[in-house]
Amino acid sequence: MRRAFSAVTIVAALALAVSACGGGDGGTAAAPSQAAPADPSKISGEITWWDTVRPDSEGPTFQALIKDFEAKYPNIKVKYVNVPSDQAQNQFQTAAQAGTGAPDVIRSEVAWTSQFASLGYLQPLDGSRAVENESDFLPGPLSSTKYNGKAYAVPQVTDTLALLYNKRLLKEAGHEKAPTTVEELKQVALDVKKKTGVNGLALNVDSYFLLPFMYGEGGDLLDVQNKKITVNSPANVKAMATVADLVTSGAAPKPAIQDSYANAMTALKDGKAAMIYNGPWALAEVYQGKEFKDKENLGIAPVPAGSVKAGAPTGGWNLAIYAGSKNIPAATEFVRFMSTPESQAKVAKEISLLPTRASAYDNPDVQGNKDVAVFKPIMDTATARPWIPEGGQLFQPLLEGYQALVGGKTTPEEMLKTVDEKYRGIFKDWS
Amino acid sequence: MALSTGRASGTTRDLTAGAESARGRGGREPGPFRRAASRHWYAWAMVAPVVLVTALLIGWPLARGVYLSLTDATEANIGRTIGVNVIPSTYEFVGLENYVGILTSGLFWEKLTWTVVWTVACVALHYGLGLGLALMLNRRVAFRSAYRLLLILPWAIPGFVSAFIWRYLYNSDFGVINAMLRAAGLGPVGWLDDPTLAKVAVIAVNVWMGVPFMMVAVLGGLQSIPGELYEAAEVDGATPWQRFRFITLPGLRTVSSTVVLLGTIWTFNMFPVIYLITGGGPGSSTEILVTYAFREAFTSVRNYSNSAAWGVIILLLLVVLAVVYRRSLRKQGEVW
Repeated sequence: MRRAFSAVTIVAALALAVSACGGGDGGTAAAPSQAAPADPSKISGEITWWDTVRPDSEGPTFQALIKDFEAKYPNIKVKYVNVPSDQAQNQFQTAAQAGTGAPDVIRSEVAWTSQFASLGYLQPLDGSRAVENESDFLPGPLSSTKYNGKAYAVPQVTDTLALLYNKRLLKEAGHEKAPTTVEELKQVALDVKKKTGVNGLALNVDSYFLLPFMYGEGGDLLDVQNKKITVNSPANVKAMATVADLVTSGAAPKPAIQDSYANAMTALKDGKAAMIYNGPWALAEVYQGKEFKDKENLGIAPVPAGSVKAGAPTGGWNLAIYAGSKNIPAATEFVRFMSTPESQAKVAKEISLLPTRASAYDNPDVQGNKDVAVFKPIMDTATARPWIPEGGQLFQPLLEGYQALVGGKTTPEEMLKTVDEKYRGIFKDWS
Repeated sequence: MALSTGRASGTTRDLTAGAESARGRGGREPGPFRRAASRHWYAWAMVAPVVLVTALLIGWPLARGVYLSLTDATEANIGRTIGVNVIPSTYEFVGLENYVGILTSGLFWEKLTWTVVWTVACVALHYGLGLGLALMLNRRVAFRSAYRLLLILPWAIPGFVSAFIWRYLYNSDFGVINAMLRAAGLGPVGWLDDPTLAKVAVIAVNVWMGVPFMMVAVLGGLQSIPGELYEAAEVDGATPWQRFRFITLPGLRTVSSTVVLLGTIWTFNMFPVIYLITGGGPGSSTEILVTYAFREAFTSVRNYSNSAAWGVIILLLLVVLAVVYRRSLRKQGEVW
């Protein structure tokens, strides 16, 4: 008896390891109808919004916007929850699938939107009050809100990558202007290292930050039109060789792989590195650094061009409504309010996030913001990405390859071959 | 009760007839099961709630996990209705396909090898260091209780907190460890950036976190060994090594066998250390079986069936380990 019992307990204890896996399929009650009441200001109730901005540098601006919204709609309360951007996707999927704990409104990254929509988590917005004056939105961000031709979100902010640099350090190294090609980038970085002793370029080991190098040589990850996997192309091999050369030549120090992003940012902020690739979302944080107490010291330039062009990925965020929300009318009004030109202008003015509405750029507040003015032409280098549900799976294989490349464990050819193999596992019927 | 006799009135005769049929007519001797049930009914009643709760909390998810592992269920094809969106359920039973896929992939064997190395290295160091510290603390030294408190500290800190602190210590550009190396005139080391070093780094953290438990457990074992044995051995002229070898180790055997088994299972499934310090990186070199199963289950479109299959495989591995371990202990005359 005792022996049998202990065997049972062992198995039971071990079973705990497995029991965590397994998806529930909690159904939710049918949502209230989409029809807006006669007077929107009469809508009442509480809604939850998951925001993904940095709570210290960007959060207060959005909380102030919520105050404005609540003043306009006195019967609606908005619960603001800040979820780190690297966890929001996962947490939303868990909550939406389980049918409990999901927010009414989520700030969804452009690449997540089609995935959420394909899984049935998002409320279709065509013809609702959430999408107002659709033609005013910039085409790039707007395309990311569509899945199978239907709108599932509203563009909130857009962004792309640029070269952020420390003007003082470049000047000390004898360069008045930012480098415009990758060859110049290498040269400037080496000069900075030689003349000032600090690092020229801090690389962030992340797949997204590889894209400017690929686009620059005319490469890409996929050709969605023809259902082709194009990651293992001569253009991309050349791009990866360029990246590897930046590290081996000493233009960039061997980058940290763990906490890569944070380390590169700290290096720029503390004047330990002169240049990094980053987007407008990073500006509020960069200005907190001791090197940029004088904002004039920060230079922002388009990403250096490869042999073909200067190209950086289109990024940004959308606002989407959870299909299982108990208060869709209030959520709809909230999304509508957050994406008006006035709201977007306010955000752009305070924390330099780029509006997705063309008309917002005519707002004097936005025109008065130097960073937005600088970024507007850089957006012309923004290269559209395919908005497909599998988009989120492209980054992990590329990241593992990038890590091995800067660690000197693989060659550009080998790296892309491996990535290509892994992509073929994701897109089984592509050529 | 047999009250559904079709009559409108339930008379006493119906009731007694019902009761009789429940007791079994004809006066046959009750079977062994029934005898046990009538004699030990209170015992069954006592364990019933526990059995019920265990079945609900563990048995049901376990059964569902096993079932899912035999299908091709993913987040995309498990049916559900969310508000206005209705997604039909289209997942199918595929038998052992997931298992075959996992066991024929080089990835699984690679991860299994590293998981075994990680488990053996961690448990050996846990136990060795724990035993050493326990022996030191078992003697009369000044400030003994202060030492004990300090040594228990790593265990008292929540796992994720220590994991984050270690991650900062290891940071290649701004970490304390590299700052010390620089100050000593040595070059910085990418602790978490090189596959081999990252493996060493995570093992070091896990050892740091796991030693206190072993130490406390072994200390308890040491204090239960009667002092007379040592005195008698000393009278017989045994060397310190012989005393350790022939009194201490046999005396600790029960405690050791238990904590080593527990430690093995915990370490095998030590999710937070790996996930929070390296995230499985660089590449996926520090990914152990459980963290990989998690990655399968929680990235992009979630693959429930495949991750459930990983989970079942991990469970089977541990069950086999536990059974073999207990067998070998029984051979040595241990009572479990």
